[in-house]
Amino acid sequence: MNYFRSHILIETDEASVQQGAKDIMAALKQELAKHKLDKEINVLETGSLGFFERGVCLAVYPDNVVYGDVTLNDIPQLVEEHFLKGRPLSRLMLEKAEKKNIPLEYAKRIVLENSGNIDPEKITDYLGVGGYLGWEKALTEMKPADIVQAVKDSGLRGRGGAGFPAGLKWSFTAPIEGVQKYVVINADEGEPGTFKDRLIMEGDPHKLLEGTMIAAYAVGATKAFIYIRGEYKLCIARLQNAIDQAYEYGLLGKDIFGSGFDLEIEIEIGAGAYICGEETALIESMEGNRGIPRNKPPYPGQEGVWQKPTIVNNVETIANVPAIITKGSDWYQKIGTPECPGTKVYTILGDVAVPGLCEVDMGTSLRTIINTYGGGMKKGSRFKAALVGGAAGIFLGDSMLDVKMDFHNLAEYKAVLGSGAILVLNDAVNIVDVLESVIRFFRHESCGKCVPCRNGNEQLYRSIKKIKAGLASEDELDKMILLADAMYKTSFCALGQ
Amino acid sequence: MSKMININIDGKNIQVEEGKTIIEAASAAGINIPSLCYHQDIKPSAGCGICVVEIEGQPQPKRACCTPAYEGMIVRTNSVELRNLRKMLLELILEDHHVDCPTCIANNKCDLQDLAYIMGVKTEDQGVLQTKKPIDESSVSIVRDPNKCIQCGRCVTVCNDVQTVYALTTVNRGFEAEINTPFSKGMADSTCINCGQCVVFCPTAALTEKTHTDPVWEELLNPKKHLVIQAAPAVRATLGEEFGMEEGSLSVGKMYAAFRKLGFDAVFDTNFTADLTIMEEGTEFINRFKEGGTLPLITSCSPGWIKFMETFYPDLAENVSTCKSPQQMFGALVKTYYAEANNIDAKDIVSVSIMPCTAKKFEADRPEMTDSGYKDVDYVLTTREIARMIKEAGIDFAHLEDEKADDFMGIYTGAATIFGATGGVMEAALRSAYFLLTNENLPSLDIEAVRGMEGIKEAEVDIKGTKVKIAVAHSLGKARELMDKVRQQIKETGKSEYQFIEIMACPGGCVGGGGQPFQSNLAARARRGQALYKEDKDLKMRQSHENPAVAAVYEKFLESPGSKKAHKLLHTNYFQRDKMSGAVVKEATHKH
Repeated sequence: MNYFRSHILIETDEASVQQGAKDIMAALKQELAKHKLDKEINVLETGSLGFFERGVCLAVYPDNVVYGDVTLNDIPQLVEEHFLKGRPLSRLMLEKAEKKNIPLEYAKRIVLENSGNIDPEKITDYLGVGGYLGWEKALTEMKPADIVQAVKDSGLRGRGGAGFPAGLKWSFTAPIEGVQKYVVINADEGEPGTFKDRLIMEGDPHKLLEGTMIAAYAVGATKAFIYIRGEYKLCIARLQNAIDQAYEYGLLGKDIFGSGFDLEIEIEIGAGAYICGEETALIESMEGNRGIPRNKPPYPGQEGVWQKPTIVNNVETIANVPAIITKGSDWYQKIGTPECPGTKVYTILGDVAVPGLCEVDMGTSLRTIINTYGGGMKKGSRFKAALVGGAAGIFLGDSMLDVKMDFHNLAEYKAVLGSGAILVLNDAVNIVDVLESVIRFFRHESCGKCVPCRNGNEQLYRSIKKIKAGLASEDELDKMILLADAMYKTSFCALGQ
Repeated sequence: MSKMININIDGKNIQVEEGKTIIEAASAAGINIPSLCYHQDIKPSAGCGICVVEIEGQPQPKRACCTPAYEGMIVRTNSVELRNLRKMLLELILEDHHVDCPTCIANNKCDLQDLAYIMGVKTEDQGVLQTKKPIDESSVSIVRDPNKCIQCGRCVTVCNDVQTVYALTTVNRGFEAEINTPFSKGMADSTCINCGQCVVFCPTAALTEKTHTDPVWEELLNPKKHLVIQAAPAVRATLGEEFGMEEGSLSVGKMYAAFRKLGFDAVFDTNFTADLTIMEEGTEFINRFKEGGTLPLITSCSPGWIKFMETFYPDLAENVSTCKSPQQMFGALVKTYYAEANNIDAKDIVSVSIMPCTAKKFEADRPEMTDSGYKDVDYVLTTREIARMIKEAGIDFAHLEDEKADDFMGIYTGAATIFGATGGVMEAALRSAYFLLTNENLPSLDIEAVRGMEGIKEAEVDIKGTKVKIAVAHSLGKARELMDKVRQQIKETGKSEYQFIEIMACPGGCVGGGGQPFQSNLAARARRGQALYKEDKDLKMRQSHENPAVAAVYEKFLESPGSKKAHKLLHTNYFQRDKMSGAVVKEATHKH
């Protein structure tokens, strides 16, 4: 076996691949071979390193250096300077990483701990960092009820938007006996500006699998599905690869670890409707029907896919589960806020200096997120507002900058964490333009089932166009507020609400 | 019986079965919660949101149509906020609705119009559509106007869940979402079997029959033409409703009077050929039963069922009776038997039928329905269409003096009249088959086992020691269930447990047909059926073989049941249809 003195991790998420990551990787390998460094320096693929608008990024370990905007032309110089002469090439180093050593400093990263550090296509990498220990522990040392209790005790709340306590959800389904039960992972990430789940799956697919396995065992499901939106080609490929490997290693299949427990995991591919992120619409879609929300009750926990009890959880929620099992619920509970323990993954976009992905403690204020993790506002721009929670979220202005962001606190301001997307707007942005694009989105993505959402969004759209054209009278805004309130109160599902 | 729970609606304590929704509980207690998309016979689509109510302890209003009641629940159905919400939702709907109430077919029968009126919604800004969508007029039976559609989803539910035809669905999403046929190909190129249940369930006029009142008026006002009219059994039990009479009012005498006033030259009755159908089909059954022919024999009166069978069960086409429906037997005889006997040139005869049915329009248009040498039935009008014509003619229907039909093709028995209710054809056939086999009457002419609203009814009839297993299904969902069973039995054992099956496409039979007054429900359909059973009970002749006009047509014209001439005029053959487009693929049976 070879020992390498350095590892270069090159991000090959979809955005990076589009910008030539694969070519750069090939060139890098070639260049290293030219200098006979290929036995000393290992080049690996990994998920997103958490930087955006920074072209292709790569990280060098153990040097803890991250390069951004790397192009093919940079490769010869980069190899010569850094790997032959041992001098990091400051021209390409990311400012943020240099200054604050981000993202490599987060001790508390749970969901993203491996993303950017391991090769997501190798199960051995995941095993090497303690992967599947939670699965083994769950299956060999714990009873399903213990797991449900542990997740309950941890205080883990669903990261899909509504923040429903995960353990409580499981506890409704776990006791049901004598029927086939299912676990469905909701990876139909469709909220505009949100791609945290994609990066979790691309960067660390085995962690999602491990969480899924533990959840399935906890509620007594012998079959689990991961419902991924069809556009996430790389996620699908990496997850399928991970599933194949898990079968190969006996982590899936029949009589796992000799426990007598059988489990299969299968990928379902969504067709790209925003509404299918709603759990009952997702279930309809899985059954081959048009994706429209179902009447609740019965809840999926009692009657889900094919009328069988089904647990539907978001990717990020499930990615928290292995750590809760291995490190314990007490450990988990100490992170974040008492009402909402744990971390939260955000995607920061818009007018910040360094748009990107971060995983921070629950309760971290918007100010901290923007200043520390987003690198502050872009040069010369002033903060006006942030759209938090994706298109379905809420605008938070100046006065909200220091609110501790978790499900509990935001609810007091009628705001939501939602998908964890933070779109930062500067004071030159016209909110009417932003609103127009949000409304246009919902006008298009409403499933069309119910009047308040289908016709309501159309009305809002007509009003906002009127306002933009300067044709609206003063009461147009009142009309919109009244209508929005009615939509909130009468829409069938959370999309309209 | 399931557990009863206590809830309180608007201060009234109500006991209700566990699992019932708020709207069901309220309705049982006589409290009317405003609603639009909800219909008691089908599962709620929960689309419109009009039925929102406040539940104590819950922050958000909830839809009464899909929220189950729970013990101790306290519900308010009216408040300032609820009123405002409902009004706002109605305004939203109207904003996108083609408001042309005065000339709309559903005027005064429209749930949307009703609600908007009751709730005082202003319509000055509404009804001006930004884009008008094309109207689907491809079908010979049904017109779909998306500009009047409020997307309540009732039609989709009834088409898919109740009828299992799957000709309607929602396409697109967001504001572009609309009800359409799969792949938006138009009703004529879908699996639509023209039953028209979507039409009777539609709360507006987004789905209507393709109307033929104008050409019929033209023919009526043309002195050279000889107009003959027939009315199906079920029409006499529903026509009165269109004139404010109670559900289940029998208005047969007024109906004939109205037809004469409209100017029809000969007023006849489809009931006459219903009796004739029994003679032909009864003979066919006895022959198959005695001679080891293909069994079970399945009835063929319902044209919606026939197209459904041709599309989904062409392998069972040999089981279906070769008899034409009473409408088409009538059509074939009018332009031959009646024309010859009365010295009228068949080409001058305009044969009009009044049907409870939209599929009858399709049936009359089938190319093979020309055995008289002409189009056997020229125009088919629904109950609703003839009611409009009667109103247009200024006839005060409710106060008409009863009249009789013309004898030549207008005499009928009680057996014919019950054709209009589910199980009626079976009952009529058994009465005569029993007599033809044993030369005796059934011990009791009332065969209760085949009556009522049960989806599939089964019975074993003892014909002097010979057991005949029968089944009756109404609604195509139930027909599908029964046909799957028959198909499976034939596949496994070579034969089915049943010898005789009646199928009616519409829930309740023809009294619930797609051409009947808008917006009925199963309970109303049952009351209409009762009117027919009452007429049967009151008639002196209750068995088809007793009908003297039927005896006459055999004696003077057809010779005997199943004769060569009878086969030419009264029997037909079937086709296999494409499961996507409903288009004819090939013959499934041959005409004998």
